[in-house]
Amino acid sequence: MAATTKHSGAVKEPLIHITRRSSMAPWKGILIRAAAVVIAFLLSSVLAYLLIGADPANFLKKFFEGIFGVNAMSANLRLWKLAKDTAILLLIGLALTPAFRMRFWNIGAEGQVLISALAAVAVVIYLGDKIPKEYNWLLLLLMLVASLIAGVIWAVIPAIFKALWNANETLFTLMMNYVATYFVAYCLVKWTPDGSSVLGELPKGHLPELGNSYVLLILVTLASTVFMFVYLYYSQPGYEISVVGESQRTARYIGVNVKKVIVRTMVLSGVLCGLAGFMMVAALDHSVTVTSVGGRGFTAIIVAWLAKFNPFIMILTALLLAFLNQGAGQIATKFGVSFAFPNVVIGIVLFFVIGCEFFIRYKLHFRKRTPAADADNGKGGASL
Amino acid sequence: MLKKVLSLCLAIVMVVALCVGFAGCKSKGISKADFKLGVILLHDESSTYDLNFINAVKDAQKSLGLSDEQVIIKKGVPEGNECYEAAKDLVAEGCNVIFADSFGHETYMIKAAKEFKDVQFCHATGTKAHTEKLDNYHNAFASIYEGRYLAGIAAGLKLKEMMEADSTVVPKIGYVGAFTYAEVVSGYTSFYLGVKEIVPEVTMEVQFTGSWYDETEERNAAKALISMGCVLISQHADSMGAPSACEDASVPNVSYNGSTATACPNTFIVSSRIDWAPYVEYICKQVMDGKAIDTDWTGTLKTGSVKLTDVNTKAAAADTQKIIDEYKAKLDNGTIHVFDTKNFTVDGKELTTYLADVDDMGDYVGDTEVIKDGYFHESEYRSAPYFDLEIDGIHRINTKF
Repeated sequence: MAATTKHSGAVKEPLIHITRRSSMAPWKGILIRAAAVVIAFLLSSVLAYLLIGADPANFLKKFFEGIFGVNAMSANLRLWKLAKDTAILLLIGLALTPAFRMRFWNIGAEGQVLISALAAVAVVIYLGDKIPKEYNWLLLLLMLVASLIAGVIWAVIPAIFKALWNANETLFTLMMNYVATYFVAYCLVKWTPDGSSVLGELPKGHLPELGNSYVLLILVTLASTVFMFVYLYYSQPGYEISVVGESQRTARYIGVNVKKVIVRTMVLSGVLCGLAGFMMVAALDHSVTVTSVGGRGFTAIIVAWLAKFNPFIMILTALLLAFLNQGAGQIATKFGVSFAFPNVVIGIVLFFVIGCEFFIRYKLHFRKRTPAADADNGKGGASL
Repeated sequence: MLKKVLSLCLAIVMVVALCVGFAGCKSKGISKADFKLGVILLHDESSTYDLNFINAVKDAQKSLGLSDEQVIIKKGVPEGNECYEAAKDLVAEGCNVIFADSFGHETYMIKAAKEFKDVQFCHATGTKAHTEKLDNYHNAFASIYEGRYLAGIAAGLKLKEMMEADSTVVPKIGYVGAFTYAEVVSGYTSFYLGVKEIVPEVTMEVQFTGSWYDETEERNAAKALISMGCVLISQHADSMGAPSACEDASVPNVSYNGSTATACPNTFIVSSRIDWAPYVEYICKQVMDGKAIDTDWTGTLKTGSVKLTDVNTKAAAADTQKIIDEYKAKLDNGTIHVFDTKNFTVDGKELTTYLADVDDMGDYVGDTEVIKDGYFHESEYRSAPYFDLEIDGIHRINTKF
């Protein structure tokens, strides 16, 4: 107040003003993001205290027990589970990444993975009895091919409509999710004459276990991560994706066939979703239900986005989401609350992580109130 | 030589002693302080089906005097590899008995049971325990068809009252079912037979939703049935869709899984449900005492597993409770049977023989004669229902969903 009366003739400076940061040291950005996760985490424990009366120390203890276990056996199980859940999220996220870099908003991974899982199961149901046991590899190969084809079909239909008639891909891919869900429901009715719509675990078409059933999935995902990184950053198709994403006109100007790039990229998305669907059936579930993918096709969007579509950073973002889900899941079990609780924690963390991007890109300047600072006015003031 | 024979004998004696010792340990059971129960649920409290299990586990926990640390409930476990993971995780936490509530959990529970022989695995509504023949895997269900039959009696009394008050009322009732699965067929047929006991000329329309929990579909199915002229509705699905549609349209409703009187004060008549608390108590006690659990366990009215809620006198006909009690007594002492072959016909004929698909080997072919002594023996050859006949008087609107 004193400041305004003193300089009554001067233009009134707002309390806060915002400027764009020209650059920021990478370590500072990492620190801000880490701080956001920690603050969100603390807020979650406060919320847990208010909602379910879990004292914060116990909250943290139970949360970490959810990941590191209560004894050697559960530590082993839970860490492997974390690795497996991370791998699935990452694999689906990798499938979305090339399309997103092209600014093709594919939100149909849920359906693409589900239809691929269905295709793998269909092969087991129709051919499982016809192929002798010693030719299990042939059955698996057919399952893989069926899954990849199904994934590609589901992904490429919206791509063709986008390329030829500029149909809205967001709505189209979203709708394809529902078509996939109901198609699975239809097949389950057809395949279970007792009317239960429950297939249960199928005895055939299991991938061999390397130590445990998760190792192969994790290896496939790691290989896909490396492939996707090289494809996006060091190959011509990857470069074309970036150009189309920046500006379709520029792409056309330099002679890129935009339609071809759109369709080719979505075929790649479909292939990876197909791979994810196949792995879920052949390595994990050996079955399919309408909820087999369970929303991971949507969670993977966040995985890709948080990592700014960099495959290696996506390892970390997938790990973060799987970590939060598993820890908060343990909280829900131990404190007897709804299993929606993990989603609340994830929601809070995402809010902070996405929110902190603002502070990384922009600088806040507060008006200084002391006379000494007033003299200094114009040099910047306090900033955050 | 003698030395060798002696040492061999000694070795055998020691091995036998060791075996006996271990066997002895096994039959000793587990002290209450060391006991832990693990529970795997498909959804959480928001589903009336899972809520019924949560309440049962809490009741059993209370009556057994177990602490919160001794009962671990995992909610929202899908019917896939996650169920197997959850079961293993509960084993790692030290659970002695693990109980799962959803039909689709079964094959994954069996997988876990084969791996952890020292832990007992119990599964509600499953069908495979009697063919898998594992010592540590068990199925359970209840003779809920008796509860449905009694609820049908209450519905019949209401229908009769409506017909007496207004001579233009056509005795047609509606039913919202989840799937065309035997569990649902057995349920709606017993309900219909209860109504028919009071109003012999009644007919019933059944609309399936193709989902155990789909509020919108269930609501729409109930509305469609009402607009077709059904004057009373019941359902076998787990949301509030059908009961709330009935309340909106002022059509009487017979509910399932628990009372819906709070949400539907003017139309709720009565509800039947399975009370799982006796079974949960039973499996815990058997394990603590070191005794075997039945491969197939069927709860009944007598074990307290089949229950009816209080009758809502605001919506029900006069004397409903009294007449229900009369029929309950008759079921209890065996003078009447719900699926008495004299009470229903298939294609106009009374049945004298029927092979039901009891063994559930994936062939979907009948294998067991279930009609004896003039009635269909439901839930006797395995705990889960296998009555899947399409009887006269019931019309299924959509079987392809």
